[in-house]
Amino acid sequence: MASHRDLPVGLVNQLFHNTGSSSFTEFVGSYAPELLPQRDKILATPIGDQVPHATTIVAATFAGGVVMAGDRRATSGNIISQRDVEKVFRTDDYSCMGIAGTASTGIEMARLYRVELEHYEKLEGRTMSVNGKANRLATMIRGNLAMAMQGLVVVPLFAAYDADRDEGRIFSYDVAGGPYERERFDAIGSGSIFARGSLKKLYRDGASADDMAMTLIQALYDAADDDSATGGPDVTRKIWPIVSVIDADGFRRLTEEQVSGYVEQMLEARLISPDGPIAPLR
Amino acid sequence: MSMPFGYASPEQIMRDKADYARKGIARGRSVVVLQYADGILFVAPNPSRALHKISEIYDRIGFAAVGRYNEFEELRLGGIRYADINGYTYDRSDVTGRGLANLYASNLGRIFTESIKSLEVEVVVAEVGDTPDGDAIYRLTFDGSVFDEHGFAAMGGQAEAVSTRVKERYREAMPLAEALETAVVALTEPGGERPPVGQLEVAVLDRNREHRKFLRITGARLERLLAQTTGPVESAEPAEPESGSGDATTGPESGSGAAPQAPPTGPDGDVDDGSSPL
Repeated sequence: MASHRDLPVGLVNQLFHNTGSSSFTEFVGSYAPELLPQRDKILATPIGDQVPHATTIVAATFAGGVVMAGDRRATSGNIISQRDVEKVFRTDDYSCMGIAGTASTGIEMARLYRVELEHYEKLEGRTMSVNGKANRLATMIRGNLAMAMQGLVVVPLFAAYDADRDEGRIFSYDVAGGPYERERFDAIGSGSIFARGSLKKLYRDGASADDMAMTLIQALYDAADDDSATGGPDVTRKIWPIVSVIDADGFRRLTEEQVSGYVEQMLEARLISPDGPIAPLR
Repeated sequence: MSMPFGYASPEQIMRDKADYARKGIARGRSVVVLQYADGILFVAPNPSRALHKISEIYDRIGFAAVGRYNEFEELRLGGIRYADINGYTYDRSDVTGRGLANLYASNLGRIFTESIKSLEVEVVVAEVGDTPDGDAIYRLTFDGSVFDEHGFAAMGGQAEAVSTRVKERYREAMPLAEALETAVVALTEPGGERPPVGQLEVAVLDRNREHRKFLRITGARLERLLAQTTGPVESAEPAEPESGSGDATTGPESGSGAAPQAPPTGPDGDVDDGSSPL
């Protein structure tokens, strides 16, 4: 005889089971683990060279915020697999990430990461601290290490506006995680060496968002100039880099018109001086 | 057959449970949810800043609740998990207010029939569309019934009286300040004092926002909005007859006439001011 005491009571669906954690990833891991990226499978053969790779991302802080920009090229070996891929993602109102490495893995990670941040924010009723966000991303990259060893490497660049300090912050990672906080600017991906060299000369402390967006577009051009896997602005197809600005007003992606304005200005100057702006010697 | 000792008919059990839940819900204060020009507005008198009665569930979906905090909080968390997991599995546009309302309804209904005590909560799930036609307000009661409300919903406390007062002033596509004024007037007992700004929890689902439509309105912005309409309250009233509630056009006066400065007629018990987590 089952009395009503023996019947299931309460909110019986697993969705209402309190896991005691505000992490979406942990919840999915217990509720529907097959939805999470499969990271522990051994691939029969490394496929790193055959899947599209995202290339260069640059980011730099300015007075009261941070700008991130990425080129639009994805490559598989020596083939250009996509000309208009988007590699800079809004992750919440005050942060974004750019990805370099295996494009598919990176896009999947960005999607999960966005839900992760929002999930915490909605459950807890507050935004996660910038350090918390950076650490959370490090854990996700660390989880991808097994796949990275087989060629599916993904390395993000994370940028966020820190309301407590009223400044932009940049974090970089390696295949095993991180985060490494970067002062002023950083670049990732195949063209990052050249972009970083360019940024080193062009970066100005206390610049405006407008100037910094221009600086990043110059740096991406310099990267595309010397790295075959980084795409320059495609004038004939009108494909421009993606530029995102985060400041106290939140995240905003510059429109096509705004970016094309910067690009045209830069190209015009480069017709005269092909190597771009010349930094003062003294 | 003689009835076993302690037998109560199913009708009696259900009636008792429903009465119990209704009493619990009426003890708290009301929450008003209504459509305005750019989306959906939520207003709740709530002295607590930490324990919310209104919350974001997903991009286009908001949640408001009255009753026992711990019970509706559980619903809220479950709703967020439901929405996030569906949005992650499929696409963000595949998370709907209707799906969430059905999830809540099935759980509330199950608990109502199977558990000794039903949940003492009433919930609104609201979803903002690209156009006013796409807006939806679902009100769910403790027994799992779903009401597809048009334009506005009031629940908790003196829900019927509040609902009548909203109806008197409500018209379609009001600007935000006017909609807020409508809600605040409805939440104020006739002849009573308006809830102070610091004790109002206000949020909107604004269809013009990017990404996430939900936005809490607090501090200076809320004060500005309230100040916009406190002046022309009188001028707003002549517009009432066209709202179509002909039988009660002299709303506030007739309301106060029926119960001249009477205290709330709700069941005995402490007023739930949201300060206790229980």
